[in-house]
Amino acid sequence: MKHVYTWGAILAIVVASVVGDVLLSRAMKQVGDVGALRRRAGLWTVIGRTLSNPNFLLAVTSMAAAFFSLLFALSWGDVSLVAPAAASLTFIGNAIAAKIFLHERVDRRRWIAASLVAAGVALLAG
Amino acid sequence: MNFRKYLVLAGVTVFAVAGDAMLSHGMKQVGGISLHHLQSVIFAVLNPWVALGIFFLLGFFYTYTNALSWADLTYVMPATALGYVLLALVARFVLHEHISPLRWIGIVLITSGVGFVAGGPALTEHPLAEAGKMAEKARADTIGNEVGV
Repeated sequence: MKHVYTWGAILAIVVASVVGDVLLSRAMKQVGDVGALRRRAGLWTVIGRTLSNPNFLLAVTSMAAAFFSLLFALSWGDVSLVAPAAASLTFIGNAIAAKIFLHERVDRRRWIAASLVAAGVALLAG
Repeated sequence: MNFRKYLVLAGVTVFAVAGDAMLSHGMKQVGGISLHHLQSVIFAVLNPWVALGIFFLLGFFYTYTNALSWADLTYVMPATALGYVLLALVARFVLHEHISPLRWIGIVLITSGVGFVAGGPALTEHPLAEAGKMAEKARADTIGNEVGV
């Protein structure tokens, strides 16, 4: 039963992380190139525009949910399972979500990169 | 991609690793926190390593959001994974820890993955956004011509 809880928490981490990353990416594309905007309109404009973006606020909420899911996962399972499983599944989940929701051109080069990184993280953190 | 943007990506990697390492070091000094005494997390912030770790993680969040404002998520993602490689190299060459062959394979896989994605374009150009940019440029040209006349 503990196994089911651990994998349930890992799934929650992955979903919350992917949702957070996708929303943050969408928010920052809506804000625009931060460096150029800061030079043009000043730092306070950048901060104001970022903090008032609803996608940004939802992204931060999602990331907080991922963090608390991680705490729960670590209380049920070993860090040697939780950390690599969550990190590598998040890489693959991000690549799929970026293609579907952000319409990024995830070509063969990026699929290979995401798979290599996910496998590498699993080996390194395991 | 210019030098400033490569610097931001390097910041994503370095800040994440430094923040995680300091937070981990600080939390080991603070000791275990029971789920029944969650308020002790607040006192953990008073530990200098934890405070410094949070400061570096704020740096990570700033550089990460900055990078996402001009690059695709699937482009920035591998840069964050380079942090694992950096951490393993610090463990091997600074802390003189043993790295198993499987971990070396992991390092090679992540580095090749980052190399693969870094060779391609950083941002997907969407047809609508491109049309918008062209319209904006045409409008600016028109205004320029009118001012010139």
